[in-house]
Formats: sequence, structure tokens, C-alpha cells
Amino acid sequence: MSLRNRELLNLIAVGLLTAIGFASVYIAQSDPSELDAGSLTYAGIFMALYLAAHFVVRYAVPYADPVLLPLAALLSAIGVTLIYRLKPDDAFRQSLWVVIGVVLFAATLLAFRRDYRILEQYKYLFGITAIGLMMLPALPGIGQTINGARLWVKVGSFQFQPGELAKIFLIVFLAGYLRDKREVLAQGRLKDFGPLLLIWGAAMLVLVQTNDLGSALLQFGIFLAMLYVATGRAAYALAGLALFVAGAAFVYRFVSHVQERVTIWLNPWTDEPVFCAQTGELALRQDCGSFQLVKSLYSIGNGGFAGTGLGKGTFTTTSGDPIIPFLNTDFIYSAIAQELGLVGAAGLLLVFMLFVARGFRVALLGDDGFSKLLAAGLTFGFALQTFIIVGGVLRVIPLTGITLPFVSYGGSSVVANFVLLALLLLVSNRANMQAARGRT
Amino acid sequence: MNRQITRLALTGVGLIVALVVATTYWQAWAAGDLADRQDNQIQRVAQFTIKRGEIRGNGIAYATNRQERKGGRTFFFREYPQRALAAHVVGYSTQSRFRTGLERSLNDYLTGQNANLSTVLETFVDKAKGATIQGNALRLTLVPRAQRAAQNALGSRCGAVVALEPQTGKVLAMVSSPSYDPNLVEGSFDRVTGVGADCKRPDALLNRATAGLYAPGSTFKVVTAAAAIDSGRYTPDSDFVDPGYCEVYGKRVNNYDTSRPFGSLDLHTALVNSVNSVFCNIGKELGSKKIVEYAKRFGFYSTPPLETPSNERAPSGLYQGTDLFDPKEDTDVDPGRFAFGQERLLVTPLQMAMVAAAIANDGVVMRPQVVDRIVAPDGSVIVRSKPDELGRAVKAETARAVAAMMKDAVEGGTGTAARLSGFTVGGKTGTAETGIEGLNTTWFISYAGKARAQVAIAVVVEQQNSTGGQTAAPVAREVLQALLGSAANS
Repeated sequence: MSLRNRELLNLIAVGLLTAIGFASVYIAQSDPSELDAGSLTYAGIFMALYLAAHFVVRYAVPYADPVLLPLAALLSAIGVTLIYRLKPDDAFRQSLWVVIGVVLFAATLLAFRRDYRILEQYKYLFGITAIGLMMLPALPGIGQTINGARLWVKVGSFQFQPGELAKIFLIVFLAGYLRDKREVLAQGRLKDFGPLLLIWGAAMLVLVQTNDLGSALLQFGIFLAMLYVATGRAAYALAGLALFVAGAAFVYRFVSHVQERVTIWLNPWTDEPVFCAQTGELALRQDCGSFQLVKSLYSIGNGGFAGTGLGKGTFTTTSGDPIIPFLNTDFIYSAIAQELGLVGAAGLLLVFMLFVARGFRVALLGDDGFSKLLAAGLTFGFALQTFIIVGGVLRVIPLTGITLPFVSYGGSSVVANFVLLALLLLVSNRANMQAARGRT
Repeated sequence: MNRQITRLALTGVGLIVALVVATTYWQAWAAGDLADRQDNQIQRVAQFTIKRGEIRGNGIAYATNRQERKGGRTFFFREYPQRALAAHVVGYSTQSRFRTGLERSLNDYLTGQNANLSTVLETFVDKAKGATIQGNALRLTLVPRAQRAAQNALGSRCGAVVALEPQTGKVLAMVSSPSYDPNLVEGSFDRVTGVGADCKRPDALLNRATAGLYAPGSTFKVVTAAAAIDSGRYTPDSDFVDPGYCEVYGKRVNNYDTSRPFGSLDLHTALVNSVNSVFCNIGKELGSKKIVEYAKRFGFYSTPPLETPSNERAPSGLYQGTDLFDPKEDTDVDPGRFAFGQERLLVTPLQMAMVAAAIANDGVVMRPQVVDRIVAPDGSVIVRSKPDELGRAVKAETARAVAAMMKDAVEGGTGTAARLSGFTVGGKTGTAETGIEGLNTTWFISYAGKARAQVAIAVVVEQQNSTGGQTAAPVAREVLQALLGSAANS
């Protein structure tokens, strides 16, 4: 079977799953339980959207990997279903963002279908644009601070988090730059690191200044990973890690915000009241700084093995007040874990794992250094981002608020991830096409 | 470059595997601990979607459900129609304050989550169908008339009453005063914590019957007398001379009333009239370890069994600060004072009721039980409490000899206020000084019945300015009358 027909079959399977998911949320929330055509329209629209994306793929990148698009479709469908269940109003907006994401996905494919490697020539432009994008929220007038982090840009009623796109631009820059300089860098002369460190240092400064620790961790991780892939010197990665640890220790000493995150992570529960910075009074930490994390863990624990069932989880008090804040963004994983249980949560993680595996496969097959670096950087970024947010929710690492790719509510994230997907498909298409030509 | 990419791929996949492991930890391994945490609001709310089993007993409902539909979900909220009547035993189940009492300790049964095969299957089927899960109901042994009598008799005074059926261990009455209305816990908790009563720390939420620790005063002489006779060193006829005081470590310890020394008397008369010097000498003779040994046989030094949460019950014994203290040497405690209930001895009303019950039950201590049976939604009985012997405290003859002494104490000694026409009543008073001049903790422990004892009871009243015979014995009498009256009618 051709690659594209496999993709179509995968998409149909995803469409059916989506329909079942929506129907079960609908049934659980209606009283008396019933199912009407309305509940299936969402699934229908979704299916139509992804079929359209499929035909663009068929035309623009016929040799591309047949699994990545269906996986992304599944993840975004899970996201919209959960958001629909938690906050129906947000689901409509999220669906709009998915539409915009798919349009941008198609546009990226169409624009670069002949040769995406042209991007490499503009690497410095990408690097500088990335820094510019990241600095936008700091500008007075359009910058917005939400939940203590200055990450948003607001123009009129249009709100956007430019950092998500900047991440991809930085990966493009790194792929181009490292491809160019990998031999020289491997020799370890300091001056060759100049531009690299300059752009990277600027990025880190902006991130720390905007209080976005999750993204800082993510971008540093991507940087080290790509440096390692390009130079093949594990020592660089280790030195980078050491630098990171030293930097983290330094930041920990002087930034109270970071100290609090770490304390919450290590000791979310206290038996005695401790000083609560939010209220200025004494309180148990689980009622103060760590209440989000603790409540989210309770949500996960309540799911148990099989979960409560879609639409049957407990997220509000009996009077309807939300128990867990930011449930459909930072903590969407704990909502999934409660309603779908260990079975569903592990299933979701498996989907992420498959996406990551396929992404690295694309990197392995890539036929030039830029393609390999680009695919590896994008994929590792995807994996690391998943780890940072889900690991934070699961108390594996300190919690920093970033989005779960394709699943969390948030337009910028969805759009950026569709661009990431388009780039992976472009790399994959070229590699497979070359291989096919080589065979014939 | 591919070698590096492969390694990086393994790292990336490894990160996600770590997440699967962490999820498994929280959902399988730690889920139980998370669910048990008092601040687990999700668990609390989720359990309100379960139709909780009702708590009833002898014709009245202590805890029922109020069904309410909110935001597309059906919730079952608790209502306590009897209000303060058995609040400390039943407890409460709320969103804001979690749970106490039987509502807490038997939560698994009440919510149908007990690991019983048929319940598990039923719950699973209900869950799969989306139907409401129904919990199992409790039937208590409490006798409402006795509860009311005890509550009325204590009035605004602080104290507690525990009444047991000696042969079965059934709890017939358990009252702690002041009590509170569990219906107020959710909405107006300050009205619960603000309950006032005639003592320094009213603390309405404390179950004084099982967790209140008091100096037992002379009621402990029952244990000493039992030890004295059971050890074979004394008989009820053993002779003593009472000079009005007793000397321990060169210091004088006086009788309650030093003005009238009894002179020559036997052990029987000494218990009837509660003569300190006699028990002081017995204590010196037996040694404190021997008395501790007998106290342990009555249940001291371990938390008395009951269906309520273990942290709402306290063990009785010698205390060093907040910890139990088990003397290794006879000289670790003053045996003389210990023998008549002084020293660092602290006891709960439940424990003293168990002492009275054991004396009335020929020396055998029965497990106290307040839940008679647990009933499934379909009416079948899942658990039925059976009388359970905890052990023999003393020989039957010993128990009968002590019972006879207690009977004479009621008929012509310190406990005459508990006399009840038509019934045999035996009892022992206690008046423990609190260290504040004129304020005593007063006690009465007793058994009563016709041919054989039908009820054993312990009453404690805090901060009284007279004796146990004058304050606690009349309370015991009211409760005994309520119990024996209803027993006669049934």
C-alpha cells in the first residue's frame, strides 16, 4: 500500500476514535443520557479538516511519513475533546486554532515543497527573529503578563505567545549554524562558539527575564542535544549540563520564585503550618503554594487504573467551583489521567512516544546534515516539552507551566506544533523520495 | 551523525517512559495514600456522588442522605436528624472538614468500596452502567432512650457516659458532653467549635467517652481489689487497720475524710467505704508491676477496640507527659498512691466501663462493639457483630467477690445515690482532685440488672465541687433506669 493510503487509513481510524470520544462526553453530560447528531458534528468537522490536510500532503509531500499526521490529529482530537468536556466555550476557540494550525501546516508544505533547505540560507535571520519574537512580550503596550509570566502579546483582541514560534525558529537557526560549523566546533576553539553563545545567551536572558523557566529549560535542552548531534562530542553536552546545574544553583540562590518552585516540588505537603507568601499568613503548604500540584495529584490518583470515564471525573466542588486551576492548559494531563485512568494516560504517552520515534526516524533517514539536525532538534524539543510539563505535573521535576504539545488549550502552541509537523514531513518527504529514486 | 541521533532518540523515548512509570506510581502505587489524605478535595467531592449507606439503630436514623442535582451531577449530602444525640459515635462526612467517627472509620462500607467480592462486582456493574453507587448501611447498638437520658443527666456539665452489655460488649450508650450538631459542621463550623459548657475546655468535637483521659480516683480500687484477691494474697475478709492515713516513702497519704479513721476493718468494708489507707497498703504489698499486670488484663495500656477511628480512642494507664509509661521496676511509681488511683494514672470512660463490665461478666472482658450489623442495599447482612472475648481479667470467684463489694457500696456505702428499686446495682465512686482547690473529676462505675447484670456503666463528670457519689452516681442512675426500663418493656 502506498504511504498516502496508509495515512488515509490511519486518519479514518483516528476519526472514529474522535467520534467515540465526543459521543461519550456528550452522553455523560446530558441528562437523561442521550446522543444526538450535534455531538457528532465536532467529529465530522474534525474528520473533514484532516482529510483536507491529507490531500495537501498527497499533493505537496507524497513521500512523507504516513504516521505523523494521524498521530498529530489524534493528539489534537484528544485535546479538543477534553477541553470540550472541561470548558465547552474554550473548545470552540481551540478548534478554530486547530483550523488555523492546519492552514499554516498546509501553507508551509506548499511553500517549501520543492526544497525546504532554502531555510538554511536565512539561518541568522531566523536566529535574530527568534530573539525579537521572544522580546515582544517585554515591550510596553502590547506585552501581557499572565500568571506571573510575561509571555503574551496582545494586539486588539488577538492574543499570542510568540515564544512557541521562536522555539522553532531557533531550531532552524541552530540546524543551519551547526551544520555549517560542526567540524570547526568539534575542534573546540572558543572563538567559533561566539555567534552561537551570543544568540543563545540572548535567548536565555530574555527567558529568565520574562520568568518563563519551563521554556528556558526546554530551549537549553534542545541546544545541548543539537550541539551533541552536530559535534558528536558528549563532553559538550556534559559541560553544558554542568553549566546548567551551576546556573540553576545560582538562580536558585537569588530568585525567590525559583526557590518556591523547588520547595513545592520537594515538600508539597507539610504537617505544620508554614509561612504562605501569597497570603502572608501561616498555612499548610498544601493549602498554599503547592495546592495546584497537590490537587492535580489527587486528580491523577482518583483516576486509578481504569479512570472515572470520560465526562465523569471530578473537577469542581459540589457548588461548581473549579478545584484545579489551569486545568485545560498546564494540568490537562491530570484531567486525562483522572477520566481515562492509567490505561488512558499510558495510552496517551504511547502516542507521544510513537510521534517521537517517528520523528527520530525521519532524522536518521535525512540525507544531509541540515535535515538531520532540523528533524532531530524538532523531535527532541517535542519530547522534552512533553517531559517538562507532564513530569512537572507528576512531580518528577519542579513544575513549570508550559503546554502539552497539540493537547493543551492554547492557540500559539497548537499553531507552532503544526508548523513543526510540516517541517518534519518536508524532511521526511525528501529523504524518502531520494531513497525511492536511488532504488529505481 | 546517525549514532548521535540514535542515542538522542533513546533519551527522548526514555523521558517518556519515565512519565509512564511516574503515572503508574501515582495511579496504582500511591493512589490509596492519596485517597486517604484529609485534604483530598477531589476524593471528598467524588464520594458525594455515592449514595452513602444510612446509619440507624434501634428504630431511629442517625445519618440519612439529601439528594441534590447540581451542574448535571447528582450529589448525596449527609443529614443528621438526631443532631447532637450520638454525634461523637456517628461523626460527620462533609466536604470542608472531611470525616470523623464511624463516617470515617467505616467509610469503605458506607460508600460500597469494601473489598467484598459481591460489593466489588455490584459497584463495578453500577459504574459501568453509569448508575449511582450505593453504600452499605450501619445498624448501631445504641439505645436512643439511654442516649437521651445520659445527655439530659449531664446537662451543661462536661463529661461522658459509656454503657455496655457485660456479656456481649455491645455499647448501649456512649455520650460525650458537650456535644455538637453535625449538621452545622459544613456551613457554620464556628458554631461547633464555639459550643460552651461548664468546664475550661469544652471542645465539643472531642469524644470524651473514648479519648478523654481522666484521673480515675477511687474507681481504680476495683482493679486493685481484683488484683489483691485474684493474686491469692488477700481475701475479702483480710483484716486491716486504718489509722486514717498511709505512709509511703516516709510521707503521709490521707484518706478522703481523715477525721474518722476506721480502725480495724476487712477488705470488703474498705472498698464499700473507699478507704485509701487500706488500698495504699495493698499496693505497697503487691508492688506496682503486679497492679499494672492486672490493669493490662482489663485492657489498660492498649487502645480499647471499637469501630470508631483509632485516633479518636486513647489507651489508659500511667502517663509520663503525653506518653504511656510502663514501669520496669516496682520503685518507678509510688505503688501506694497508684493502688487507689492517684500517681500519673489516666483512664478513659470506655476503659472504666470495660472494668465494670468484666466484673459483672465473671471476669471476662468482652470486645466493645457499637455496630450491630452492616447491611447491603438489597437488605442482606454483610457483617454481623458477634460477642468476642478479649480475655479473662480475673477468676470468676474474684469477679463475684468484687461485685459483692460493689453491691454493698451502693446499698450502704459511697454509692447510695445509684440505688434503683427492683434491681441489683453495684458500683464504685471516684473523686479525683484536679489540683485546683474545690474542683474534682468525679466518677461512678457500676453494673445493674435483675438476676444477673444487664448493664455496666462508667460516668465521668468534670470540674465538680463535690464527690462522685453526689454527682456522677445520679447520672448513672438515670441511664440505668432508661436502659433497664426499656429492657423490661421489650
